[in-house]
Amino acid sequence: MSIATAQAPSAARFRPWRFVRRNPTLVAGAVILVVMALLALFAPLIAGDPIRMQPAQRLRPPSAVNWLGTDSLGRDVFARTVYGARVSLMVGLTVAFLSVGIGLMIGLLAGFFRTADTIVMRFMDGLMAIPAILLAIALVSLTRASVTTVIVAIMIPEIPRVVRLVRSVVLSVREAPYVEAAVAGGAPTWKILLRHIMPSTFPPLIVQATYICASAILIEASLSFLGAGTPPDIPTWGNMVASSRLFLSRAPWTIFAPGLALALVVLAVNLVGDGLRDRLDPRLARRM
Amino acid sequence: MSAEPVLDVDGLKKHFPVEKGVLRRVVAHVKAVDGVSFAIRPGETLCLVGESGCGKSTVGKLAMGLIPATAGTVRLHGTDITGLSRTQMQPWRKRIQMVFQDPSASLNPRLTAGAVVSEPLENFGDIPASERSDRTIALLRKVGLSSDAMHKYPFEFSGGQKQRLGIARALALNPSVIVADEPVSALDVSVQAQVLNLMMDLQEEFGLAYLFVSHDLGVVEHIGHRIAVMYLGRIVEVADRDAIFANPRHPYTRALISAAPLPDPRARREKLVIEGDVPSPQNPPPGCHFHTRCPFAVARCSVDSPALRTLKDGRLAACHLED
Repeated sequence: MSIATAQAPSAARFRPWRFVRRNPTLVAGAVILVVMALLALFAPLIAGDPIRMQPAQRLRPPSAVNWLGTDSLGRDVFARTVYGARVSLMVGLTVAFLSVGIGLMIGLLAGFFRTADTIVMRFMDGLMAIPAILLAIALVSLTRASVTTVIVAIMIPEIPRVVRLVRSVVLSVREAPYVEAAVAGGAPTWKILLRHIMPSTFPPLIVQATYICASAILIEASLSFLGAGTPPDIPTWGNMVASSRLFLSRAPWTIFAPGLALALVVLAVNLVGDGLRDRLDPRLARRM
Repeated sequence: MSAEPVLDVDGLKKHFPVEKGVLRRVVAHVKAVDGVSFAIRPGETLCLVGESGCGKSTVGKLAMGLIPATAGTVRLHGTDITGLSRTQMQPWRKRIQMVFQDPSASLNPRLTAGAVVSEPLENFGDIPASERSDRTIALLRKVGLSSDAMHKYPFEFSGGQKQRLGIARALALNPSVIVADEPVSALDVSVQAQVLNLMMDLQEEFGLAYLFVSHDLGVVEHIGHRIAVMYLGRIVEVADRDAIFANPRHPYTRALISAAPLPDPRARREKLVIEGDVPSPQNPPPGCHFHTRCPFAVARCSVDSPALRTLKDGRLAACHLED
């Protein structure tokens, strides 16, 4: 390791401490997220069974056996919180990836082909008017409650935001002289779109993706809390808060653990988003 | 130099619509180019000069087929290429290429120099992929860059080097005409001369014809064979370089030349200073476009638009005073 860094050219040398000092939000957010992701990934190794009920052990305060106590059905709060991270992170990441992917495609086409633009954008305006929570309640009542339904319901109102962002970047870049130069050089339309225009949308999109991820996690939790989200047998933070609220005064630990985890993850994702925004802003990145 | 023209432009017009309101009603037209004709022979440099906004860059883009013309024709090797679709235009792109004004903005910041220069080759596929990098290196050498420039990004080059890349890209397809839209105006004066000399060397080697758009008379005097002077969307005078600098005939050309600085501080020449601003191309004055600022204007100038006519010494000028 030390040999490798010594041989690297000084200008390109990566100095970890310097990076941490200059990007504290990015690093702090990333550390929290990585810890959460590892917990979620290795949940079976770390925590006990999140489903097993022990009616005799109901509403026990934190102890050596149950680190964060037990809930009203005698289930281990720590295990349920750790397993809940799986659903939250999965929903957040899936929604972020899918809505950015679909929004990127639609946005590129809308921004580049002016004839499609008016129709597509009015349709997107229509989609934006639908509140995610109402849409989810409608979808769940039409189909069965499942994580997929929740993902679709959160995704639909997020896509138009991505489309708008991508379209605005495409509109500014398509007039750039280097795009004109590519046309003059005989580049086919797909190459102009994918090679010359699309990469400019990535920096703002990465930042937008983190914000979408954070809001998806929050919406999923609200939906579960309202009973319109994931089925109650799946341990999610929203479900945990919902089932614990009746026992708030007797067993506050049942609600603190999932609530805190939720707040922490959303904070971490937003920190990463802010950090990336600062890094990817060319004017700010120069100083890094 | 009496060969068939490679680029022949006739009566070219470009009127940009001015839209207003939610319904995008067309309320007026900006007559950026209003009937421009010229021809360029192989190996010749025709300079298009004029002040900002006179439509000279638009002429370049029209000739390239980058924007559709409102009227008139552009003939490349005798074939009309106006109004061709992108697919129909494709084979002609090999014959006419462009060097852009701002070397930084005309290179994709995310592509290496090698990728930028070889992209036109890739688009046409005339050269097998295996030989493409050899050809790219040859092109880079041709414009005075070393082969390790291949893997560098645009920001690692100086302004002059970037413009050399732009020239290498334009040369890639072996064109017969290059439209150069103010190729040196963004460069330092010391670098300008290097790039101009490179362009002149390449012209000699490949028999290139240049449509050289510029506002800098010093540059034009250095590189031009013939000069066309534009004012408000029209050509007012076309003549050989020496004739235009020694003996400008159109009042606007005279004013333009007398405004250019002379290298000798003691040298004096006839000063012709014109007043006022260029009228709006959205509503150009009737008759001769220049009559509002012309010190010699007569009554007829504000009514009758003078045509571009051949004068006794062979040059073309559009002025009633030359009758």
